[in-house]
Amino acid sequence: MKRFATALGAVALLVTACSGGPQSGGDSKLTGGKIVLGVLNDQSAGYSALSGKNSVEAVKMAIEDFKAKYGDKAVTKDIEVVDADHQNKPDVANTKAAEFYDRDGVDVILDVPTSSAALKVADVAKAKKKLYFNIGAATTDLTGKSCNKYTFHYAYDTYMLANGTGKNATENGAKNWYIVYPNYAFGQDMERSFKAAVEKAGGHVVGEDAAPFPSDNFSTYLLKAPTLNPKPDVIGTMQAGADLVNLVKQYNEFKLRDKGVGLSVGLMFLTDIHSLTPAALAGTTYTDAWYWNFDAKNREWADKFKARTGSRPTFAHAANYSAATQYLEAVQAAGTDEADTIVAQLEGKKVDDFFLRNGEIRKADHRVLHDAYLAQVKQPEEVKEDWDYVKILKTIPAAEAFRAPSPDCQMSGA
Amino acid sequence: MTNFLEQTFNGLVSGSFLALLALGLAVIFGLLRVVNFAHGAIYMLGAFGAYVLADELGLPFWAALLAVPVGLAALGMVLERAFIHRLTKLDPLYNFLLTFGLTLILQDLVKARYGVQSSPYAMPSALSGSVDLGLFEFPAYRVFVLGTSIAICVGVWALLTRTRVGMVVRAATERPELTRAFGINVGRWITPVFGFGVALAGLAGVLAAPMRAVNPLMGADLIIVVFAVVVIGGLGSIFGSVAVGFVIGVAQVWAEAYAPESWRALIAQTLPFVLMAVVLLWRPAGLFGREEIA
Repeated sequence: MKRFATALGAVALLVTACSGGPQSGGDSKLTGGKIVLGVLNDQSAGYSALSGKNSVEAVKMAIEDFKAKYGDKAVTKDIEVVDADHQNKPDVANTKAAEFYDRDGVDVILDVPTSSAALKVADVAKAKKKLYFNIGAATTDLTGKSCNKYTFHYAYDTYMLANGTGKNATENGAKNWYIVYPNYAFGQDMERSFKAAVEKAGGHVVGEDAAPFPSDNFSTYLLKAPTLNPKPDVIGTMQAGADLVNLVKQYNEFKLRDKGVGLSVGLMFLTDIHSLTPAALAGTTYTDAWYWNFDAKNREWADKFKARTGSRPTFAHAANYSAATQYLEAVQAAGTDEADTIVAQLEGKKVDDFFLRNGEIRKADHRVLHDAYLAQVKQPEEVKEDWDYVKILKTIPAAEAFRAPSPDCQMSGA
Repeated sequence: MTNFLEQTFNGLVSGSFLALLALGLAVIFGLLRVVNFAHGAIYMLGAFGAYVLADELGLPFWAALLAVPVGLAALGMVLERAFIHRLTKLDPLYNFLLTFGLTLILQDLVKARYGVQSSPYAMPSALSGSVDLGLFEFPAYRVFVLGTSIAICVGVWALLTRTRVGMVVRAATERPELTRAFGINVGRWITPVFGFGVALAGLAGVLAAPMRAVNPLMGADLIIVVFAVVVIGGLGSIFGSVAVGFVIGVAQVWAEAYAPESWRALIAQTLPFVLMAVVLLWRPAGLFGREEIA
């Protein structure tokens, strides 16, 4: 048995050692003579609606559009997508990412929601020297202490959410905040970011409570809110998924809006509004990375997406399309999929596609910058079309939307 | 002080769900000696039943309140006849595993059909206002939930202590062999009692739909707490299950509201299990359970 394990270890080492070089297609500039994109995300649990299988569809759309754009001039016609369910578990994400890079010849991994899983994949990307665009996770550690040469962070992070919602709501009169957050890493991270943003904008956090996670009963906090002194202008909820649905339902039950306590949501996706119904969230403000009905350009893509999936895209779907497109464009420009060359191609690049407005791939920490939006859920009578639930109050310019590069980021892996 | 009473009242409301679910589990365990793990999934089906009736047929909440428990009782009786009663002769662990498997199947079937996003269910308009309870105002729907669950718990208690059926069920619960010796057909009662216990879980699910997220996993975490409630109260003890259900509901709310700040979430979350451990050390049969007589 022991001898078997040793042999297995040796094989694993060999495979790892060989995976760096080209596998076949000797004269081609592409490993394996083709490009493989790997979408790794939640396909069965709480985050499967906001990204999941439809993000795989978005990546397929990116490949089709790329082929249509370059035709015979494309670097290769052989572009594949593989996908897997990481169940939001760090250990599963770790194994799947290694399999993607080693066994499936994946050149770039996309998406990976759930911060703990996302950070594991960043380590794998660094060890294997292969590219990784994170879209689904919110942790700023991806561009902070866990940043590395092969990892890029797209779409959003906790700083962007807090800075958008916390700062703007405070400047618009919500001076006193009561923050309720789920008692795990994401919630604690959001609470810190929000508190800092509110206080920086001259507001005051009058109370904060860590709620059990998961929970189906938030009434304790909702009863407490109006009794705090001073009375909070707004409850800032950092809950996500089913917890958020529970909290919003109960917020409406206790009629807190009528009692002068508003609601601000830390992180919300279009799919959350759809399942809660806009009526339940009317008037709620939050920060959005992208909105499908913002202008004709977004809408055009959202129409194609709806034709294929039957629903409107969340920002995660659009970001997956954009990330896949940017990767393919970089390979096209470099004529190779060799990771270090692609990283050099991407670093510092200024981009303007329908997702990345005024976009830039920041060299210092690989944060992908773009405009963000302060959004408000419409009143039921304002909703004229299914899925068009939001009005954009304000565009937050790319230069202000994200934090400055963190000193924690020592770009490693070079 | 007012806020304390308000929070306590609110704890009774969340205790309502625990009590209704624990009551069904206790009734089932009492007669069948089956620990029904699928109870949480049935609660979820209750909520989805209300959603489907409203969404597909436009039936109001009141219709669901009656139709869903009846429909689930029928489903429960089918499950009991088809699977559960075949395993009752064996170690109770077999039925525990069977109902655990049923839970996974039911959850995945609902997941495949309705997805994991929560399905929207509106508050019945008649109960969307507030009620003045003298010291404070409270959402009408919550008052209704508490009233309904107390009425049902009292009703079940009356049924068991004041009727012939109840007498048979209690006798069969305590001394199955002796009851049979009196010439009473205990087996006849098993299937309807299982259906009844399942109906209670379905009813709790319908009551949850307007105020909680309706999704395939809504019963998964709750059932673990309900098991703790049943164990603390004493497996098979009707009174114990109901009383402890309400007590745990209130205790969790108190912990969330008044425990030391940095410990709140942790205490609220672990409280039922810590209590369970303490009670088991002190009274292995639970607070109101009787030691089994061999």
